[in-house]
Amino acid sequence: MTDFLLELRSEEIPARMQEKAREDLARLFVAELDKAGLKAAEVVSYATPRRLALILKGLPAKTAAVSEETKGPRVGAPPQALEGFLRKTGLTADQLVERDGVLFAIVDKPGRATAEVLAAAIPAVIRAFPWPKSMRWGADSLSTESLRWVRPLQGIVALFGSDVVPCEIAGVTSGAATVGHRFHHPGAITIGSADDYVEKLRDAHVIVDGAERRNIIALGAKMAAQKAGLSLIEDEGLLFENAGLTEWPMPLLGRFDEAFLAVPPEVIQLTARVNQKYFVCRDSAGKLANAFVCVANIDAADGGEKIVAGNQKVLAARLSDARFFYETDLKVPLEAQAGKLEKIVFHEKLGTVADKVERVAKLARWLVESGVIKPLPFRGGVGVGDSASTGGLAPSSAPTPNPSPEGEGLDLASLAERAARLAKADLVTGMVGEFPELQGLMGGYYAAAQGEDPAVAAAIRDHYKPVGQGDDVPTDPVTVAVALADKLDTIAAFFRIDEKPTGSKDPFALRRASLGILALCQVNGTRLPLHYALAKAMGAALPFSRKHLEFDSLSFVPGNIVPNGKALKAALEASLAQPLQGPAGSTWQQLIDEIVAAVKDATAFFADRLKVQQREAGVRHDLIDAVFALGGEDDLVRLLARVKALQAFVTTEDGANLLAGYKRAANILKKEGVATASAPAEAGAQGGEGPSNPGPLLSQGSETAQHASGFAYDAEPAEAALASALDAAEPKATAAIVAEDFEGAMAALATLRAPIDAFFDSVTVNDADPVKRAARLGLLARMRDAVHKVADFAKIEG
Amino acid sequence: MKGRVCGHRDDGWGEGHRLTPCAPCAKALPKPHRVTNLSEPLSFQRMILTLHDYWSTRGCLILQPYDMRMGAGTFHPATTLRALGPEPWNAAFVQPCRRPTDGRYGENPNRLQHYYQYQVILKPSPPDLQELYLGSLAAIGIDFTRHDIRFVEDDWESPTLGAWGLGWEVWCDGMEVTQFTYFQQMGGFDCKPVAGELTYGLERLAMYIQNKDSVYDLAFNDEGVSYGDVFLENEREMSKWNFEIADTDALFDLFRKAAAECERSLEAKLPIPAYEQAIEASHIFNLLNARGVISVAERQAYIGRVRDLAKGACAAWIEKKSPEWEAAYPGWAA
Repeated sequence: MTDFLLELRSEEIPARMQEKAREDLARLFVAELDKAGLKAAEVVSYATPRRLALILKGLPAKTAAVSEETKGPRVGAPPQALEGFLRKTGLTADQLVERDGVLFAIVDKPGRATAEVLAAAIPAVIRAFPWPKSMRWGADSLSTESLRWVRPLQGIVALFGSDVVPCEIAGVTSGAATVGHRFHHPGAITIGSADDYVEKLRDAHVIVDGAERRNIIALGAKMAAQKAGLSLIEDEGLLFENAGLTEWPMPLLGRFDEAFLAVPPEVIQLTARVNQKYFVCRDSAGKLANAFVCVANIDAADGGEKIVAGNQKVLAARLSDARFFYETDLKVPLEAQAGKLEKIVFHEKLGTVADKVERVAKLARWLVESGVIKPLPFRGGVGVGDSASTGGLAPSSAPTPNPSPEGEGLDLASLAERAARLAKADLVTGMVGEFPELQGLMGGYYAAAQGEDPAVAAAIRDHYKPVGQGDDVPTDPVTVAVALADKLDTIAAFFRIDEKPTGSKDPFALRRASLGILALCQVNGTRLPLHYALAKAMGAALPFSRKHLEFDSLSFVPGNIVPNGKALKAALEASLAQPLQGPAGSTWQQLIDEIVAAVKDATAFFADRLKVQQREAGVRHDLIDAVFALGGEDDLVRLLARVKALQAFVTTEDGANLLAGYKRAANILKKEGVATASAPAEAGAQGGEGPSNPGPLLSQGSETAQHASGFAYDAEPAEAALASALDAAEPKATAAIVAEDFEGAMAALATLRAPIDAFFDSVTVNDADPVKRAARLGLLARMRDAVHKVADFAKIEG
Repeated sequence: MKGRVCGHRDDGWGEGHRLTPCAPCAKALPKPHRVTNLSEPLSFQRMILTLHDYWSTRGCLILQPYDMRMGAGTFHPATTLRALGPEPWNAAFVQPCRRPTDGRYGENPNRLQHYYQYQVILKPSPPDLQELYLGSLAAIGIDFTRHDIRFVEDDWESPTLGAWGLGWEVWCDGMEVTQFTYFQQMGGFDCKPVAGELTYGLERLAMYIQNKDSVYDLAFNDEGVSYGDVFLENEREMSKWNFEIADTDALFDLFRKAAAECERSLEAKLPIPAYEQAIEASHIFNLLNARGVISVAERQAYIGRVRDLAKGACAAWIEKKSPEWEAAYPGWAA
C-alpha cells in the first residue's frame, strides 16, 4: 500500500473559492480512480492561496486483474454471426469458451500500474476542474483552446510513494519540487513523499491546512484583543476569508482615532470588514472599541510595527470617507432626500421608487385605519385592544376602524404613513450609495438625528426585516405596518404585471417578501386580510396608466373568511371613489377582473410558501394539505392555529381512531356516491354571498344534517347513540370554530369516536330496507361533514 | 535572529531563518531599493524614474502619456489596441487619469480628479509576471520582510471598453497599490494571447513610501517641491469646473460630435482616429455624469453607446491588421 501526493500550485486563488476547490479536487480524483477500480483508504485535501493539495493514502501498486466475459452466438449459429463476434473481440474461434451451447469470449485484463492510472488522472482532473471563473494566460493563450485555470498554473508535485508520477499539462511538468512561502521561503523545496509534505511546507512557512490557519487566526485575534483589554467580535466569514489570503497568518491589533466612534458602529464594522477584512472589538462595556485586528501573511522582521502602521492609515482614510458621508447626509432632511427618489426607476412598468413609496404610505395607513395593525395594548386605550394572537379569543364583532381619538390609533396611522414616506429616502444618501447593505439602518440614524418620532425612526430602520430565516421579526406596530405594506406592495405589484417567480428564478425576491409577511403575521398575531390587502395594492400598482385604480374606501369584516371572487369584486367596485360610468365602465370591470385573477394567483403563491415554511418547521405535509383542502382561508394566523391543533389531535389515540372511523365512513359514502356537502372553497365560492356572510368553513356544511336525528323506524341503539352524539358534537364544534378554539373543536369531534366505533361494530349500513340504508348513510355523511369543519381528514395519511 | 527552522535545512543549505532568509531564499527574494547620496525615501518623480528604469531593463518600451483626457491608463491605445492581435508587445508608461466625480476641491487628502497611473502591459503575459512585479516594488523601496504584500481577488471589467480580465488588487499593508490583470477580452474580442496588465496608483504608492497622510504633502522632487505645489490649485479649479461650471449643453453636443466623428472614421477605415473619438466620448460622458445631468435610466444607454464606439474601433483595428497577423502567425484568426 502506497500513498499519493498531488500539489497543484498556482498564482493566488481567490479566498472564496478555496474550500470548494479542495473538495472538488478530492471528489474528482476519487471518481477518476474509481473508474480504474482504485480506492484509497483515506482521502485528505488542502487549500492555501497558492496551492491545492491532495493526499490519497493506502493505494495498491496495481489495479486488480479483471476477467471480462462477453456472451457470443450459440453453437451452430450462422458463420457470419461467429465471424462478427470474433472480429469484435479480436479472438480466434479456438479461444472461445462454450457453456450450455453458447459461446463466450473471456478476456483477462492484467492489472495496470497505479502510477500509470494516476499519471492519466492528473491531466484529466485538471482539465475538468469546475472553477466558478477561469482564465487563459501566457504564450499558449495564442489559442483559445489553451488550458484554463483559476489563475496561471505554475507547478505540479505528483509523488506515488517517493517516485514522481510523470505527467505534463500546458507546459507544466510534474516533479517533486515546490516553493514555500512567497516571502519567507521563495526558493525551491523538495518534497520526499506524502508523509513529509505538510511538515516540509510548515518548515517553509506554509500551513497547508486551512482549518489550522483558521484556528491560528481565531486564537491569535482573540488573544490580541484580550491583551488590549478588549473582546473580539467573532466572524466566521472573516476567518475563512483571512485564512484564504494567508499561508502564514499573523493576527495584529491596530487602533483608530476615537473620534471616528461618532460614526454609527455598523458603518465602522462594515468598512473594516468589507473593505479591509479586519475584525473589530468591543470594550468592557460592550461598545465598539477603536481597535481592529488585521491578519498579515508574514512574520515581520519588526514584529509587525510597520504593517500595523500601514493598516491604521488605510482604515483612517476609509473611516474619514465614511464620516464625510455621514456628516454630509445628516445635513439633508430625509424628506428632501425622498424627493430624489423620483429619479430612480423601480421597474419600468411600476414607476419610480417615489411611486412605490406613495403606494406603501397609503397601504400602511390603510392597514392601521382598517384595524389590521393595532397599537400595542400598553400604548393604546382600553378597547383598542390587543390583536387576538392566541387563537382562543373571538375577533371583536365590531371592528374599530377609527379608534378613539385620545388613544394612539390616529397617531399610529400617521406615524406609519410618515415612516413609509421616509423609509426609502436613505437610498439616495452618500453612505448607502457606498454601502448598499446599510439601507434602512442609515435612514433610521438620520431620522432619529433629525428629530423624527422614535417609532418612525425604528420603522425606517427595520422595515426591510425579516430578511431571512432567523432574522429578527419586528413587533412595533409602526414598523409592522410599514414592513407589511412594503412587502405586500412588492408582491402585489409584480403579480399585477405578471412577473411571478418561476422555478429557481425569483429576480424580485418575491419568495423572501412572502416569507417576511408570513413571519410578521405569525409573530404579531396580525389578522391580515390577504385578499383585500393584495387587491388594494394591485389597484395602485400601475401609476400614470389608465390601469391605475385607487380602492380608497375598501372595507372588510375582520376575522371573516375569505371572499370568493364575486364578493371581492363587489367590495372593490364599491370602494372606488368614482362611480363606474359610461362606456369606460366596461374597462373598469375588466381591470377589476384582472385584479381579482391576480389576487387569486398571489394568494396561491402565499399558500405554497406557507406549506414550504410549515414543512420546514416539521409539520406533516398531509396535515397541511388537510387544512388547505378546506380552501379559501384568508387568515394566516387562524390557518396555522388550525394546523397546530390538528397536529396535536391526530397523534392522540382518539384522533387516530376517529381518523380510522372517518376513513371507513368516507369509503362507504364514496362507494354509494353520497357527495360531500361542505366541499372545499370552490363550492362556497359559487354561492355569491356578500363579504359579511360566513364562508364555507363556518357554515353548517350539510343542510340535510339539520333534521337527521329523527328516525322513521326503530333505530338500533348504536345508531341512535351516534345520532345523539352528533347532535351534541356538531354545535359544540361549530361554536368552538367560530371562537377559533380549534382544540375545543377537536375535543368535540373526539366524542364521536366511541359512538362511531360502536356503530360500525353493530349496525349494517347496507340494509335491505332502503329507508334504513338512506338514514344510515345520512348519519355517516353527518359524521364526515362534522369532521370536515376542522379539516379534510381524507388528506391525512395513516 | 532565529525562529522557525528553514525548510532548506534538509538540503544542507543553512541553519534556517525566521526574519532573514537563508542564502538561496535571499537570492530569490527581490532586494529592496537602496540609494546612496540621495535622500530616502524616493520622491514622486524619482519613483517614476525608477520604475521606468526597472521596466526598461526588462524589455519594455517606455512610452509617453497619451495626449487625451481619459479615465484610466487602460484607455491608452498602447494598452487597448495593442492587447489585440498575436504580436508580442511590452510597454510601460505613465498616464494621467481624469475622474471628474472623484474631485474634492483639493480638500480630501486621498481623492483627486486628476492623478497618475503607471501602466505596464506585457503580451503574452510572462510566466514570472508576479515576480517581475514584486521586483518593481522592491526597486522603489518596499521591504518584504517588514511589509505585508497580498494578492486579493479583484476581477476587472470595463463596461465602456467591453473588456474584462481576472486578477487581483495588490495590497501593501492593507492598501491597494496595484491592479494586476490578465486581460481575457478587449472590445468584446478574445485576447489571443493574453496580456498581463499592471496598473500602479502612483500617488498611493508614494504616500505609502514617503509615509505621508495627504497627497498634497508628497515630495515631488528632492528639492522641496511638493505635490500640492504642483497640483493643489489645479484640483480646486478643475473640481469647480467639473461640478459647477462646465456647460452641459456644450458637453452633450461634444458627445454627439465625438460619436459621429468616430463613426465617420470607421467608415473611412481609420480605427485609430475612431478609437480616439471613443476615448473622447467616454470622458465627455464622465463630465456629464459629474454634472449630475444623466439620469439613472439614461446612464446605461450612454455606457452602451461608448462601448459600441470602442468595440467598433477594436473591430476595425482587427479587420485592418488581420491579414498581417495571420500571415505572421499562421492559423491565428480573430
